[in-house]
Amino acid sequence: MGDKLPESRILFKTYRPNIRWWICCLALLASGCGAPPWNNPYPRDEVSRAVFFSSFSERPKFLDPARSYSSNEWAFISQVYEPPLQYHFLKRPYQLVPLTAAAMPEVIHYDAAGRRLPADADPARVASSEYRIRIRPGIRYQPHPAFARAPDGGYRYWPLSEGDLAGRYTLDDFPERDSRELSAADYVYQIKRLAVPANHSPIAGLMSEHIEGFAEFAKLVQARQKQDRAAGRLWTDLRPLRMRGVKTLDRYTYSIRIRGVYPQFIYWLAMNFFAPMPWEAERFYAQPGMAERNITLNWYPVGTGPFMLTENNPNLRMVLSRNPNFHGEAYPSEGTEAQRRAGLLDDAGRPMPFIDKAVYSLEKEAIPRWNKFLQGYYDSSGIASDSFDQAIQIGANGEASLTPEMREKGILLDTAVETSVFYLGFNMRDPVVGGRPGDPQDQARARKLRQAISIAVDWEEFISIFNNGRGQAAQGPLPPGIFGYRAGRQGLNPVVYRWRDGRPERRTLAEAKRLLAEAGYPDGIDPATGNALILYYDTAQSGPGSKSLLQWYVNQFKKLGIQLVVRTTDYNRFQEKMLKGTEQIFSWGWNADYPDPENFLFLLYGPNGKVEHHGENAANYHNAEFDALFDRMKNMPNGPRRQAVIDRMVDIVRRDAPWLFGYFPKGFSLHHAWYHNALPHLMANNTLKYKRIDGRLRAQKQKEWNQPVLWPAWVLLALLVLTAVPAVRDYRARERSRAR
Amino acid sequence: MMAYIVRRLLYAIPILIGVNLLTFVLFFVVNSPDDMARMHLGVKRVTDAAIQQWKHERGYDKPLVWNEQAEGAGHLTDTIFFDKSLRLFAFDFGQSDSGRNIGHDISQRMWPSLAIAVPVMLVGLLVNISFSLLLAFFRGTYLDFWGVVLCVAMMSISGLFYIIGGQVLLGKLLNLFPISGYDTGPHAWKFLVLPVVIGVVSAIGAGSRWYRTLFLEEINKDFVRSARAKGLSEQRVLFVHVLRNALIPILTGVVVILPSLFMGSLLLESFFGVPGLGSYTIDAINRQDFAIVRAMVFLGAVLYILGLLLTDISYTIADPRVRLE
Repeated sequence: MGDKLPESRILFKTYRPNIRWWICCLALLASGCGAPPWNNPYPRDEVSRAVFFSSFSERPKFLDPARSYSSNEWAFISQVYEPPLQYHFLKRPYQLVPLTAAAMPEVIHYDAAGRRLPADADPARVASSEYRIRIRPGIRYQPHPAFARAPDGGYRYWPLSEGDLAGRYTLDDFPERDSRELSAADYVYQIKRLAVPANHSPIAGLMSEHIEGFAEFAKLVQARQKQDRAAGRLWTDLRPLRMRGVKTLDRYTYSIRIRGVYPQFIYWLAMNFFAPMPWEAERFYAQPGMAERNITLNWYPVGTGPFMLTENNPNLRMVLSRNPNFHGEAYPSEGTEAQRRAGLLDDAGRPMPFIDKAVYSLEKEAIPRWNKFLQGYYDSSGIASDSFDQAIQIGANGEASLTPEMREKGILLDTAVETSVFYLGFNMRDPVVGGRPGDPQDQARARKLRQAISIAVDWEEFISIFNNGRGQAAQGPLPPGIFGYRAGRQGLNPVVYRWRDGRPERRTLAEAKRLLAEAGYPDGIDPATGNALILYYDTAQSGPGSKSLLQWYVNQFKKLGIQLVVRTTDYNRFQEKMLKGTEQIFSWGWNADYPDPENFLFLLYGPNGKVEHHGENAANYHNAEFDALFDRMKNMPNGPRRQAVIDRMVDIVRRDAPWLFGYFPKGFSLHHAWYHNALPHLMANNTLKYKRIDGRLRAQKQKEWNQPVLWPAWVLLALLVLTAVPAVRDYRARERSRAR
Repeated sequence: MMAYIVRRLLYAIPILIGVNLLTFVLFFVVNSPDDMARMHLGVKRVTDAAIQQWKHERGYDKPLVWNEQAEGAGHLTDTIFFDKSLRLFAFDFGQSDSGRNIGHDISQRMWPSLAIAVPVMLVGLLVNISFSLLLAFFRGTYLDFWGVVLCVAMMSISGLFYIIGGQVLLGKLLNLFPISGYDTGPHAWKFLVLPVVIGVVSAIGAGSRWYRTLFLEEINKDFVRSARAKGLSEQRVLFVHVLRNALIPILTGVVVILPSLFMGSLLLESFFGVPGLGSYTIDAINRQDFAIVRAMVFLGAVLYILGLLLTDISYTIADPRVRLE
């Protein structure tokens, strides 16, 4: 062998193949990247197809229609399950129309003797009301293993032993699938499921008050489940068990009988709670070993809707794909001229759905979500506070519009005042803010105190500071879009506002102070102590993010000389305080279940008090006249008579001021130009079928917006080389130098 | 050595019981079973009957640690603590309070965590050791000075800044990688590059400074002088002799975290939408899912103990003079 090479030569000799290796790797990597855009998080072929891309930030907990009650869960299951009714997509005010029902339900009233009454009978005479619903024939379920049959006619995947489940961890591990026709019995089966205590349906308590035989059925099924468990059976067949008020009349017709009249019941028929459930599916999921493998109805819904959940990985992605068995539905043809001009009737009469697939990716953080929307990788987006100024500019008259940057990208803005209310409530059981019970004088004092605070707390400022102007100060408990809401001067809360120059103007602080003095607290001084009146605000909001908000509340009360003490606590303790009624002032909110004033006014109905009845009246407000009016109003059809009753009720609560009415949040959403039929609908959740995507435009824009920029990488490389040169020179010099 | 390992494993049992008890106490000081039921059942239209039913189904209607009603051993065994703790020692994590199989969830979610944590650790180790060896090699020169300045600057920046800055720079401005997301199969790599690069870069400052200190300590020892006196190149001195002798403290830091790598990184996984274990415990705490919290804390404790044991064993490999007795 020849002479040994010096160490430095070895270093560089071994270096050369490494560089070649790296070049090869980089070339391979570049070839793997393919054509731009490189930052596309989706498979290339899906971008130009009719696929809707969106995100979700919170993992849905329940997908079982008997249990699910959150908007983030309904965003998925409403595309899969089909209750008999739905909301018309375009009509405002919101209107119910048949979905799987052949027509709107027939409502038949009966008196106590079981005699049929006319439709307009006095509610006091009505002992029960029957809803007869006929569904359309020919509707079929999505393909599902629960329906698959073996050659011998039995069920392919029932019964299964634990051994049969070896190696099966998802629904895809059951490759054979089949379907069957939807029947009225499936709707009846689901109503029975609502009563099963183990299903924990959130509306079980409410329905047991209305549906005949519901509560008895719950007891019956509990006893039967006990027997079945003792016999080693995990599934209790609800079909042979009878619920008095719910009947299958024929293959396509069923009826629900409720006590007295409950006109709002019809809205429940548009919710997923009343969607059909095939008994085969429940039996399939109840087999031994299924729950241990996470194969449950809570994870894999079974429906007749336009989409089916084909991938459920809520820690990564949820995918809805077109249901091949969907019965078909046409895009609505009736709409307003404004909707026609906005292109919302372009698809009138065309068969839905327009998209093949919807991919929802988990994005817990707002920053990546917003950036991916700007890159075109999400078709629509909300606007987080951090991004508000980048997206929206507020004009001189307070109107919101898109910034030039957004307009340049062709992004469009939709706004809608939500059918929800955020309010600050007084605990009416508290002697200071609610008044001593049975002492009218003290109650009058407390009312004036509440009225003074109502004037002082400036919600317009709150909306501007904390909501980027996204809200409307409330004049009462009813938000716009709900029957009974009055706009303009007619809807003014005279206790807090006066009408001036064509708009409401908050009453002055001097008026608030006058009321406060009349309440016995001149300049906010409590005569009992000689110091500032101390009030307590209980909240679960804590941490640095809430500091400015809580300080704002303190400042608002300070305007009257009242010292507001903020008692922050964790959410559990806060709930406990609310249940026990030990709070004094609190903030709360309500999201409408359905577009009826009853769903808001019941929040102030005495028999619904939180402490005494564990209801939703968190303020524990009780007013005999209001309660009597509520009892009348809830059963009345919409019309001038009902409006008059509502006006009176709203007047009462404005005067009594158990709430500072707060504000109605305004939703802002953005969408790209390739996303069509993006009309905000605050009641319907099954709106995916109306969406249309222009995939070609999306692919073109994504490519245009996401061209890779490589020059900084070369600059960085050059810098590294420049830094390395003196280092290498120094290294070689050291190697050559003599020992010191 | 076997006796040592067995002894250490036996020591682990009281530690695990203690950890389990502490988790139990801390959890139930903050959350009552009623709170848990309310959280699971939702905030709208929850009845008392539904809360009682939920507690009964999951065994949360029993006393916490002492059952007055029971007799004999039942005082202790017929309690929530006993019911929920015993199976853990057989690594049977059972079902979460929302009905999911915890063992299956962990087995699914550990892989994405590992897909990020392993490259971050290996590449990070390689980069940090190489960089710190270079600094040690050029000690006292302007390269060393500016290298240390760079390390201190990098250490001073918050991890969150690296994540958001990296996403904006490499994902949004340069359009090189997806800003967030995850996938399996052949496309997985393009989602991993950005979090791995950010994970590595964010740790360079602290890691390199620590290793540089270790190497500088070794570099002044007699055996290094002997090696140089033998005429070995500086490269050989550093990469063979100094590195090997500095392995013990390096191993202490590295091996102990090996088993817990699959527990993932909360921030990285949250910002990149990676379905790993990093956010599993936090999500469970937010949802008041005691079953998951208890399982994850127990698992974390087991892995930590295992990591310490592995570290001890690794010492014997790195340094033949070390004996475990």
